[in-house]
Amino acid sequence: MDLKGLLAAKKDAILRKWFDAVLESYPADTSNFLKTKKNRFANPVGYSLTKGLEALFDGLLQGVEIETLSPSLDSIVRIRAVQGMAPSKAMIFPFLLKNAIRGELEPELRGDRFSGEMTALESAIDALALHAFNIYMQCREKIYALQAEESQRLTYRLLQKAKMVCEVQGEDPGTGSSKDTKK
Amino acid sequence: MKILIPFLTVIALILLVAAGVKAAGLELLFGVLIPYAAVAVFAVGIVLRVVKWARSPVPFRIPTTCGQQKSLPWIRQNKIENPSSTLGVIARMALEVLFFRSLFRNVKTELRNDGDRLAYGSDKWLWLAGLAFHWSFLIILVRHFRFFAAHVPFPVRMIEGLDSFLQIGAPLLYLTDLIILGAVTYLFLRRVALPMVRYISLPADYFPLFLILGIAGTGVLMRYFTKVDVTGVKQLAMGLVSFTPVVPEGIGTLFYVHLFLVSVLFAYFPFSKLVHMAGVFLSPTRNMVNNSRMVRHVNPWNYPVTVHTYEEYEDDFREKMKMAGIPVEKE
Amino acid sequence: MAKFTAKPNELSKINLTPRRKEWMDTPVEIREHMYCHPAKIKDLQTVDFSHAREWKPADEDWKLPQNWEQIVLDGMQALLKKYRSFQVFMDICVRCGACADKCHFFIGTGDPKNMPVLRAELLRSVYRGNFTLAGKILKKINGARTLTPEVIKEWWYYFYQCTECRRCSVFCPYGIDQAEITMMGRELTNLLGLQIGWIAGPVAACYMKGNHLGLEPHTITSSVELFVDDIESITGIRVEPTFNRKGAEILFVTPSGDLFANPGTYTAMGYLMLFHELGLDYTWSTYASEGGNFGFFTTNEMAKRLNAKIYAEAKRLGVKWILGGECGHMWRVLHQYMDTWNGPADFLEVPRSPLTGTVFDNAKATRMVHIAEFTADLIRNGKLQLDPGRNDHLKVTFHDSCNTSRGMGMLEEPRYIIRNVCNHFYEMPEDTIREKTFCCGSGTGLNASENMELRMRGGFPRANAVKYVREKYGVNMLANICAIDRATLSASMDYWNPGVQVCGAHELVANALVMKGEKERTQDIRLEPLPGEEETENV
Repeated sequence: MDLKGLLAAKKDAILRKWFDAVLESYPADTSNFLKTKKNRFANPVGYSLTKGLEALFDGLLQGVEIETLSPSLDSIVRIRAVQGMAPSKAMIFPFLLKNAIRGELEPELRGDRFSGEMTALESAIDALALHAFNIYMQCREKIYALQAEESQRLTYRLLQKAKMVCEVQGEDPGTGSSKDTKK
Repeated sequence: MKILIPFLTVIALILLVAAGVKAAGLELLFGVLIPYAAVAVFAVGIVLRVVKWARSPVPFRIPTTCGQQKSLPWIRQNKIENPSSTLGVIARMALEVLFFRSLFRNVKTELRNDGDRLAYGSDKWLWLAGLAFHWSFLIILVRHFRFFAAHVPFPVRMIEGLDSFLQIGAPLLYLTDLIILGAVTYLFLRRVALPMVRYISLPADYFPLFLILGIAGTGVLMRYFTKVDVTGVKQLAMGLVSFTPVVPEGIGTLFYVHLFLVSVLFAYFPFSKLVHMAGVFLSPTRNMVNNSRMVRHVNPWNYPVTVHTYEEYEDDFREKMKMAGIPVEKE
Repeated sequence: MAKFTAKPNELSKINLTPRRKEWMDTPVEIREHMYCHPAKIKDLQTVDFSHAREWKPADEDWKLPQNWEQIVLDGMQALLKKYRSFQVFMDICVRCGACADKCHFFIGTGDPKNMPVLRAELLRSVYRGNFTLAGKILKKINGARTLTPEVIKEWWYYFYQCTECRRCSVFCPYGIDQAEITMMGRELTNLLGLQIGWIAGPVAACYMKGNHLGLEPHTITSSVELFVDDIESITGIRVEPTFNRKGAEILFVTPSGDLFANPGTYTAMGYLMLFHELGLDYTWSTYASEGGNFGFFTTNEMAKRLNAKIYAEAKRLGVKWILGGECGHMWRVLHQYMDTWNGPADFLEVPRSPLTGTVFDNAKATRMVHIAEFTADLIRNGKLQLDPGRNDHLKVTFHDSCNTSRGMGMLEEPRYIIRNVCNHFYEMPEDTIREKTFCCGSGTGLNASENMELRMRGGFPRANAVKYVREKYGVNMLANICAIDRATLSASMDYWNPGVQVCGAHELVANALVMKGEKERTQDIRLEPLPGEEETENV
């Protein structure tokens, strides 16, 4: 059996380990809640994490292009970007997969048999992490942009009245930042 | 600690009464004096508590509306969840008090993730266990009236009959005895097992559970296992209600433990969260009619406040208003 | 290779959380981006709030007044005597946990002190320690604790992480309403001068100038003038609103935010078009130019002071009744408080629609009608000519505002309107709408920008439900009947569901409304080309 087969066989156990490890980045009282309920609407954070991690795992296993995993990454990163964690902590989750795999497949990985495949997989995880970081930065920038956009939106007509918008309007046919959402 | 302290307290109470009756022969104290005192504390305590609540007025009409309001005649109003009449409020309160309507809300969820039905089912269990516990408690309480009346009244006999309809064992097994033990145990386990609930729980949440478990446990032991001297118990009970207390011989320590724990529960009641029994009726978000715009609600402590009057406003902006073509009072 | 193999958990050990302690032993951590800036001194002084001073939430010393302890305990005593709700809710909670996971802030932040029951316990623990016999004797065993500056910080931090949405109250077996407890908590923090800027600023502005934005009368008229121009360019019709006009039949009051904030402005344009089409004899007021009431997020007294202007102005102008625009907390206040504070409104008449003759008996005492009730009645009686096809580019879902659903019960009126003006309407999942609706995450004056992370986390449960209908039905428009929703959900959608826009119900009405003598419409209210018109635009 190759590494891929091994991973597929142990998917549930690895995912559980990974999920639990990711939850450790939350305060204990929080992670308890995230664990208990799986309902999509009652516990959207826990739900997004479970679904997202599984999709990433499957993607890595199938060796798809990292870019195609963007939606799944996004669903996790977007949440972690506003959870008040240091970036290092928010972005640790892809790396925790390495631990989960090594922990779960400890006996099998002992020799050199899978070392080539394992290195490749770990590189893929690194690439995933880097890509996640891009998304993380977009999210953080969005937060700051929102603060600016919102104050504009809140006083849009005042600005328009002050003729400030009219000048900008030459370049941007949109009227106000609510239009910007369409970008 | 949160669990241990109340647990040990209940154990200590049991040992206290056991020792008191067995070693010191304090049957009179535990069989007569303390029950009288407990009932007195309960009655006075509850009355004082309700009076205290009632003395705080309800300044605003603030029902939590859980359904469509009464507005246009062709829009169907939810007359119970958003009552606009006293009858609706009575129905709403009845559903709440008798069937725990709000807790039942937890159950309904159409959309869910494929897995883990159990985790979600627990919500329904709270409703079910709560309902089972409260109803069994009430039925058991009513059943006990047979000890306080020379002739057992018909309703009590009827409830006894229903409660033992399975016709198992001798004496006949009461269903509620099983249910209350099960429900209280569940409520306890839930408090310990669910991290969120454990986190919010106080010793005051565990104490009544242990106390009730103790009461139900001793009751079950007496009825089914040690077969307490029922005639003696009735003699004592009749003595208590007729204010001619007697302490018959040979009722057994277990009975005094049972009676003492009940006394403690009664005395503890008015000073604890158990007052929710009375408080639920006074909850303004549930017991009020949502007719705020139809009938003016009067706040007894409404007082005049300083406002920025129109005159002051016009003084501030008169010229600007005139320039903008807005009519003013003083030119 | 082996050298780099981290032992399982080694990497995550860096982040290992401290052993869990009891909540009372866990001191509050005032985290940036989760709170709003303190109030400005001058804003507090404008409305005579006490203990105005410079202080910073991140500082160790909050410069509490010298006798702060006495102030708080006296304040609590007074509130317990004034509000049965407070007194009863302090006593009867059994901590069953039914409310715990119903709060959007808890769901979004996972912070256990955001569980409604625990947020209430923050106050209850002090109540027990100071106002109950058992608490005084048994202390911590009975869940009591001493009042310390740390407790005050905790109150402040968490009572300004509650939007008084009342969702917990729906699920509580005794109807315990965290909104009531938060209101009391905020009254107490207010006694210590611990108010936030985003609330105090609008309150001061509204007190002096009549509206939260602090718009002076001429600014209001000229801004409405802009709407009039836009409406003319869209429909070819020039509407003619009036201001402070005596003798009008109806006084119209709406949140001032809609006069300036996008996308609320489009809703305001909708009102203007609708009233013009009906030929309604109505007037705006620059003095009572605010329907909302940020005073409601400070103290009961302040709320009453701000609210007084509405009846006062109705009386001065001699109108027959009052019509109110789309807003959430505004309607909680108007529905459940206004008449009690500043009534009786015996100088007004029972509202009667001049178009349909419908008498609004449900408002026969307060004499103020919600515009959704008014418009639903018009549509029902066939008084409006509507072309819902003009909203065909929109796939709409409806967000119930907390206050109109749980503090009033207005669920069907807006839905009826939307169904009549749109062809594509989709509901979000049952557990997230109507009386179980999720808050936008930024109500009760928490819609500042410095706490954007808090807002995004609190708004996540709502956004998550929108995401579901977006994925399932392609929903691209989130309709609502609340000015704060329009402002804050725009940001929330922008972050969580880019591409989903936000609008008021009456913007959709305005799009569909066929006006007498209008030119052929090529643009919607946002001045964007209507579907099918893009081509001609480009030619």
